[in-house]
Amino acid sequence: MPDNKEKYAQLQEAIARHKGERGAVMPVLQEAMNIFGYVPQDVQEMIAEGTGATLSEVYGVSTFYSQFSLEPKGEHVIGVCLGTACYVKGSQKVLDRLSEELKIEVGRTTKDGKFTLNATRCLGACGLAPVMMIGDEVYGRLTPDQVPEILAKY
Amino acid sequence: MDLYRAHVLVCGGTGCTSSGSAKLIERFEEQIAANGLDKEIKVVRTGCFGLCEAGPVVIIYPEGTFYSRVKVEDVDEIVTEHLLKGRKVQHLVYVDHKTHESSVQKSLAEIGFYKKQHRVALRNCGVIDPENIDEYIAFDGYQALGKALTEMTPEQVIDEILKSGLRGRGGAGFPTGKKWQFARASQAEHKYFVCNADEGDPGAFMDRSLLEGDPHAILEAMAIGGYAIGADEGWIYVRAEYPIAVKRLERAIEQAREYGLLGKNIFGTDFSFDIHIRLGAGAFVCGEETALMASIEGRRGEPRPKPPFPAVKGLFESPTNINNVETLGNVAQIILKGADWFRSIGTEKSTGTKVFALGGKINNTGLVEVPMGVPLRTIIEDIGGGIPNGKKFKAVQTGGPSGGCIPASLLDIPVEYDTLTSVGAMMGSGGMIVLDEDNCMVDIARFFLDFTVDESCGKCTPCRIGTRRMLEILQRITEGKGEEGDIEKLENLAENIKNSALCGLGQTAPNPVLSTIKFFRDEYEAHIKEKRCPAHHCQALLNYVITDKCRGCTLCARKCPVQAITGTVKEKHVIDTAKCIKCGQCMANCKFGAIIKD
Repeated sequence: MPDNKEKYAQLQEAIARHKGERGAVMPVLQEAMNIFGYVPQDVQEMIAEGTGATLSEVYGVSTFYSQFSLEPKGEHVIGVCLGTACYVKGSQKVLDRLSEELKIEVGRTTKDGKFTLNATRCLGACGLAPVMMIGDEVYGRLTPDQVPEILAKY
Repeated sequence: MDLYRAHVLVCGGTGCTSSGSAKLIERFEEQIAANGLDKEIKVVRTGCFGLCEAGPVVIIYPEGTFYSRVKVEDVDEIVTEHLLKGRKVQHLVYVDHKTHESSVQKSLAEIGFYKKQHRVALRNCGVIDPENIDEYIAFDGYQALGKALTEMTPEQVIDEILKSGLRGRGGAGFPTGKKWQFARASQAEHKYFVCNADEGDPGAFMDRSLLEGDPHAILEAMAIGGYAIGADEGWIYVRAEYPIAVKRLERAIEQAREYGLLGKNIFGTDFSFDIHIRLGAGAFVCGEETALMASIEGRRGEPRPKPPFPAVKGLFESPTNINNVETLGNVAQIILKGADWFRSIGTEKSTGTKVFALGGKINNTGLVEVPMGVPLRTIIEDIGGGIPNGKKFKAVQTGGPSGGCIPASLLDIPVEYDTLTSVGAMMGSGGMIVLDEDNCMVDIARFFLDFTVDESCGKCTPCRIGTRRMLEILQRITEGKGEEGDIEKLENLAENIKNSALCGLGQTAPNPVLSTIKFFRDEYEAHIKEKRCPAHHCQALLNYVITDKCRGCTLCARKCPVQAITGTVKEKHVIDTAKCIKCGQCMANCKFGAIIKD
């Protein structure tokens, strides 16, 4: 895959930057997530080799933390906050509506690869509850009925 | 420094940024320049003002005018009216929900939301530009570090913190001075001072706001603590979900290094100290100190048994002290103003103040800081402004997934570590979620268990399997399949998990269940015995009923997707509960409010 060449070069560069640093596996994995959007096996192998960790250690860390994904994500990642403040103000209903509109279960990506639907931990914007994020855009004080209109923007 | 005749403070905390404050700042700067006022008026992006409900928030000094829910379109009017002509824009000024006081006549400190607050940890939030070290220094910044390094021995520093009675604000309330003493007593070549900024409790954002609004206060406290315990390296472990806080911390560290306030030979003494940041990656358990250290070391964030305690063997096998962000937020002030001053705030056993993140069914959602010992009622009713939409208060949840629910009958208890624990809740890190009559307590317990099950690291059996069994029972109850004896089973499991789980996460996971059973047992029983949800929340236990208000317009019958509604035109309709799938379409569409949940 030629267009991936640059990404792998970026990864190598990130590994080099963290060379010799204690506990480098996590920051390197974080950079890999930014570069690739997920951490496939060959990326994990490169990280293991570059940081001196074993592949099983890298895999263990990748699967432990929710931020690391072993599968590619959709073009737009939707995160509906299920923190307590949002939950008591009805964010579950917003999430249900999204799942209905997109015809996917929570945690899945639409067939066209456009949206990934996630339930997230507290986003800390409790004053705007219930809240969701699509990419970096924040939508607050939501009702389920606003969902189709918001999705239509993408 | 240039002198300005007015300052426009725009909140740049996460809440207000989410509601568009960055665009406000741009527009203010454009408009101020366009009117030729840029030499006279300065726009400052501050940390959180606390009143997130009213965001985005803009305050204009010297008057202290408080504008709320400001939109980009409003900026031009504020600039031409207020800044150019000196007339406050009345219709944008914040008005208190409850007292209808407006900051047109009153100063900010006199408004209901702020009147009963006492800001120590949040003293600079919403006041200074967090990205400018000079502003922090102008507000006594780094003076405490100077005092500690040049006038005090490490023992004296620890002694002052001990005397102040400061206790850990992360939730458990362990005396901070004692922790420092233990770490000091360990002999080693290297020691570490760690700041725990992995604020994971849902609905809690005190630490984030402090990091965003006053990052230097945390760096200064870490350096003071590092000096006290004999550490030469500091680590801040912060959630990756807090990008603004991370950016401001990075910037603050750079500036402090530039000024020689971090690095080698600080203040010309032989004390050297530097700080690194490590980002979390979305694991709640990493707020537990041994898990946090494992994570900094680049491993899976799994806790380990204690002892050895971190003060003996911690990060990279060296003695380590770990404090929460808000705890550190108090340190510099204690050194500067003395332990007696700190003790004069709060109560005998809970000194100082506590920051709470108020959320849920409350008018003034936001961040509040109150002296320890104020009655819970003051926070909910006076500062929080009560419950919206005329609903009835049911309970307040404190301490997140480790805490409990406090019912209306206990609203007059003072907010202190020991009192809250004695009623089955806990101080916790400071999340305070208000619940009203529409919230089902069994469902709230289920919600927290769902969280714990998801976040359990899986290392120990009681937490991995025990919490799952509890969740299954709770799920069954909310689905109307509860059985006689379920409550006892829950209590039994809870006791066993509390006694046998490896770390704090597991040991406290049953608390939300135990406290809701304690205070709302009747709700559990209604679900189990009568298959009824008193709050009308649990879908499976709802019955939709058509009342006499029905005019027989037939709309509901046409909207019902399963033809469960029958009736003739202009006559009262009936719902066949056996057919009804409880989708709520009928109720949502009825124009006469004739359909109710029973």
